[in-house]
Amino acid sequence: MALALLLGASATPPGAVAEAGLRPYVVEGDAIPAPLTGTPGDAGRGRAVVADRQRGLCLLCHAGPLPEERFQGTLAPDLAGAGARWSEGQLRLRLVDGRRLNPDTIMPSYYRVDGLTRVGPGWRGKPVLTAEEIEDVVAFLATLRD
Amino acid sequence: MRGPERFLRRFGAGVAAAALGLSFVGADEARRTERRSGFDDMSRETQAMQRDDTANPGMLWVQEGEALWNRKEGTAARACAECHGDAAASMRGVAARHPAFDPATEQPIGLEGRINRCRQVHQGADAFAWESQDLLAVTVFVAHQSRGMPVAAEDPRLAPFRENGRRLFGERLGQLDLSCAQCHDDNAGKRLAGSVVPQGHPTGYPLYRLEWQGLGSLQRRLRNCMAGVRSEPHAYGSAALVELELFLMSRAGGMALEAPAVRP
Repeated sequence: MALALLLGASATPPGAVAEAGLRPYVVEGDAIPAPLTGTPGDAGRGRAVVADRQRGLCLLCHAGPLPEERFQGTLAPDLAGAGARWSEGQLRLRLVDGRRLNPDTIMPSYYRVDGLTRVGPGWRGKPVLTAEEIEDVVAFLATLRD
Repeated sequence: MRGPERFLRRFGAGVAAAALGLSFVGADEARRTERRSGFDDMSRETQAMQRDDTANPGMLWVQEGEALWNRKEGTAARACAECHGDAAASMRGVAARHPAFDPATEQPIGLEGRINRCRQVHQGADAFAWESQDLLAVTVFVAHQSRGMPVAAEDPRLAPFRENGRRLFGERLGQLDLSCAQCHDDNAGKRLAGSVVPQGHPTGYPLYRLEWQGLGSLQRRLRNCMAGVRSEPHAYGSAALVELELFLMSRAGGMALEAPAVRP
């Protein structure tokens, strides 16, 4: 028993997060330096997720440099220049669980299923985005340098 | 509060903001602190539709409600009008003080609940289904009798229920983990996609929503928002929704009732 605990502890680095059904990740400082998936994200697919008001939901609150998208939100910072302001690891944590950095933010945690209240039946146990979609969005945001 | 709000409704936000500016209150500060009806953020066209009773689609339900008011119902074969008489006199101000304290249950009861109770107890009729056209019609007919009157839902016996409503207003819900307060207190006036986030004052219900192409209750609107944050909405008529209504009415205390309002 003690040995198992010790092994468990030694196998789990500080900052490690593992929720049921989600891929584990490690938080270092204000970032998740390592991608959630083995394959790199695709900026083109990420752009489509950002524009999709049922999937990414981003433009409901944020404006961004997607000129063909009308009716962008003003509740949150403009996404233009996000890739210059933040590293990929910082962007990843802000998407995955920004409430670690600011508990009062209106930015939802996009890759989290624990600690939520009255989640609708269709959404229970599911994160807002999949790990692959998170990586795609991170790849797209990293291209927004101006 | 009531002075500026009536002023806003009559002359529009720009003039009102300028007037407040004269009293050395910045326009930004005014936007944060002044209570605004959703009416003030609508397009001119939608405002005109609400103002003109011949263009306001909600008035069709008011007419239907008046017919139901005068129709004999239930095993008692009795119409609302037989006990309550002329609604213009007897129902004036009633919507402004609901949800009200119900001595029979010592709980808050909303206007829809009160109408259904009356049907069951005094008419020997079945309750109308929640959000049915008949219930909406009678409710909006009654609410219309209070148009222009200040909200006054302040019965001290309801304090614990009001406090629970306040707690629910601040409770984060759903997959998106957002509370009512995070949008309607902290971020009102900004835009969610193309729409101004309103302060969430329930002064116009039941109201005609262009998005619904129909009349709907405050509970329907609350449930819409709950589904929007991907939570399981509280059931129609549940204690939680009545308590939320109660808190919202007290938050809008003194503002003028608009039923039937029109909203985008």
